[in-house]
Amino acid sequence: MIQREAEKIFETRELNVNMGPQHPATHGVLRLVLDIDGETIVKVTPYVGYLHRGIEKLGESLSYFQALPLTDRMDYVSAMSNNIGYCVAVEKLFGIEAPERAKFIRTIVGEMSRIANHLLWLATHALDIGAMTVFLYCFREREWILDLYEMICGARLTVTYPRIGGVKNDVPQEFLDSLWKFTEEFPSRILEYETLIDQNRIWLLRTKGIGVISAEEAVSWGMTGPTLRGSGVPYDIRKHMPYDAYDRVEFDVPIGTEGDTYDRYRCRMLEMRQSNKIIRQCIEKLPPGPVMADEPKFTLQPKDMMMPITHPTKEMAYFIEEKACKGCGMCLRACPAKAIFGEKKKPHKIDQALCLQCATCFVTCKFKAMKIIPGGKGLSDEKLAELATAPVPEEITKAAEYLVRQFDFVKKGPRAPEGELYVATEVPKGELGFYFVSDGSGKPYRMRLRAPSFIHAGCLPRLCVGHLVADVIAAIGTIDIVLGECDR
Amino acid sequence: MLIDTSTVGLVEVEEGTKILPPNVIITTLDKFINWGRLSSIWPTTFGLACCAIEMMAAGAAHYDFDRFGIIFRGSPRQADCIIVAGTVTKKMAPVVRRVYDQIPEPRYVVAMGSCACTGGIFRTYSTVQGCDTFLPVDVYVPGCPPRPETLLEGMMLLQEKIRKEQARWSPWR
Amino acid sequence: MAVTEVRISIHPAGLNPKDIAEKIKEQFPDQVIEVAEFRDQVSVIVKRDQTVPILKYLHDDPLLSLDHLQDLTAVDYKGKKDIRFEVVYNLYSTRYRHHIRIRAQVPENDPKINSVVPIWAGANWHERECFDMFGVVFAGHPDLRRILLPEDWEGYPLRKDYPLKGPELDKDWPGFTEVLKRSKELREFEWEG
Repeated sequence: MIQREAEKIFETRELNVNMGPQHPATHGVLRLVLDIDGETIVKVTPYVGYLHRGIEKLGESLSYFQALPLTDRMDYVSAMSNNIGYCVAVEKLFGIEAPERAKFIRTIVGEMSRIANHLLWLATHALDIGAMTVFLYCFREREWILDLYEMICGARLTVTYPRIGGVKNDVPQEFLDSLWKFTEEFPSRILEYETLIDQNRIWLLRTKGIGVISAEEAVSWGMTGPTLRGSGVPYDIRKHMPYDAYDRVEFDVPIGTEGDTYDRYRCRMLEMRQSNKIIRQCIEKLPPGPVMADEPKFTLQPKDMMMPITHPTKEMAYFIEEKACKGCGMCLRACPAKAIFGEKKKPHKIDQALCLQCATCFVTCKFKAMKIIPGGKGLSDEKLAELATAPVPEEITKAAEYLVRQFDFVKKGPRAPEGELYVATEVPKGELGFYFVSDGSGKPYRMRLRAPSFIHAGCLPRLCVGHLVADVIAAIGTIDIVLGECDR
Repeated sequence: MLIDTSTVGLVEVEEGTKILPPNVIITTLDKFINWGRLSSIWPTTFGLACCAIEMMAAGAAHYDFDRFGIIFRGSPRQADCIIVAGTVTKKMAPVVRRVYDQIPEPRYVVAMGSCACTGGIFRTYSTVQGCDTFLPVDVYVPGCPPRPETLLEGMMLLQEKIRKEQARWSPWR
Repeated sequence: MAVTEVRISIHPAGLNPKDIAEKIKEQFPDQVIEVAEFRDQVSVIVKRDQTVPILKYLHDDPLLSLDHLQDLTAVDYKGKKDIRFEVVYNLYSTRYRHHIRIRAQVPENDPKINSVVPIWAGANWHERECFDMFGVVFAGHPDLRRILLPEDWEGYPLRKDYPLKGPELDKDWPGFTEVLKRSKELREFEWEG
């Protein structure tokens, strides 16, 4: 009777709580509005877009080579995997293939980035749930991997090491030795982390039975990667649609049964061990050879071949031959120093005082009217006209070819055939898909990035309903989102 | 009754600070308060994008931040510095400004990374071209992302800046 | 142990995508406009009226079983084609490992198409993003509003006539111009040094 009296006096309502974009536990700028009844969640509404930088639109105005660094900044925790996904997609679009050594190297760095990503995931997930020591231990291993990255390409986080057609440069031998040592010590480190939390009562209470989702529902919600495999669906793109060297190494894929947070955690821990195994096999099987496809239009030209023009020992002068010049005005518009003058249809002239010797006019001229005269700087126009009639030295003609290719590559980019393509790769977080629509020019007409974090963030409402507020933190950790990828 | 300082044995340690051995230090109020502030800068966690990962790495065990007295606080009311680490978008700008407004004086702003300094490689419709359009920035730390050592250098530059402040503690500023 | 490591036994590669396109043509002969092929991937271009029955057939048919919606997006063909937008569905079968792409043409003057959320729950956010970036309205969507940009943003960025650098400062999003104004006002209280 007292309870009925109490119910008449007290009025209960749902509470609306905002977990704002600035929050220590939301892995970036994710905003959640929770409708809670006491402590139980009734509805979760995620708000994303606080990191939307417009990468897809920016990619439409850059060439394929220039858009490569943009993919680094998407999933910035495992930057190598994004680059590999992009390169595999663009290579398929152009119809070229990377050489064998490059494929194995890309597999190695891809698996290293998988380990780095899972380490960071474990660090932040455990930190949110309460185990702070795991954070410091995981960062210790991650620093080792980042040091190895620095050894091969100079950057720690936003590497742009995999390139279209292969990788940028070959790996030094000390990298392979250091990596071999890493793979020997790493399983014991994983055992350290597991000892801390695997059978821990608090961990089990906070992760078992949280965020349960069945296999059909998970596929219907669009989940991929370890988030999906924890529910029992054997979908791994490395096995379904192999790329790089994944069809030449042996590895298992961990599959869960319950579909809760604990199974997804175990999936990722076992995946780290499998990645270790893959790296060891790749190091053993690494074949010798080139690391870049032999297609000159995809690479920056070697600088020493262009040296005779760009870094001359004698001073160069650029001179327009009057007989050959048609007066089209292309060099006039292209000159950055505005040193060329002349009227339409009449031969143009270069003002030697303003000329920067940058070779832009040389590359633009289609009628071969531009002559490069070594030792001609400071001479008068008549003297240059005399020297221009002399035959061009061999090295200048060869260097000129490379120079033209370099200008083409940097300014316009190689042209892709017309068509559309969807290529998916297995990044540590799930399935990263690239959908390109090409209209035949050097820039993508439409570059669509299918980010796994975006889809998984959309599944949060389904995973959190009926649980308590603290379980929301565990759910955010288990779907492993990174907001740079989610918002692009 | 003034003390005749020439006979007492004062040692000038650095300009403006004198020590009377063994345990009396005579200095100006400015120096004392600035020393207290620069040795314990407490930033609020404001990691937005990729630079947040390097900030976390700077705070972890390898490049320890704690030995400089820098502890990350969760709430802006308990902090005295904000490190804007990552790209600021137009949707996020009001939130950044609101967090900054909540930090009590004296407060400092460190813009970490190219995106926070000038917008970085993202010259698009939704990116703010530098957080100094709406925040008064003290130290710019460029890089994409800057290494943890670069961020440490940035914090040390901030410490130098605090050291040179004058009368920021007084009510007559 | 609940989680086991499995050597996945891969089902041998499923149907040729061209055969799937043939099956769609048989079932819905008047809806298919064209079948395009590029680098072993097949796209079927259809009209927008019956997209939901086509996709439901692809999802439910036991031999096709295209249960995984990999991607749902749109492309703006302004000036290149008569019908301006195309909504693209990339489908994959996790059981049989075959892939197909469906492209539905959506005209500019009436940018509406039916939503596929009843078939795939994950299409919810995909369609919201399409609406946000292109302005294509999905009929039957439970909660169609902007997702990546602020809710009162004007304009659809991924259309070809939207400038990359965004609108001018005076026509910009009011939330941002307010922040700039307020920071100017509060600047007089800042410490000058």
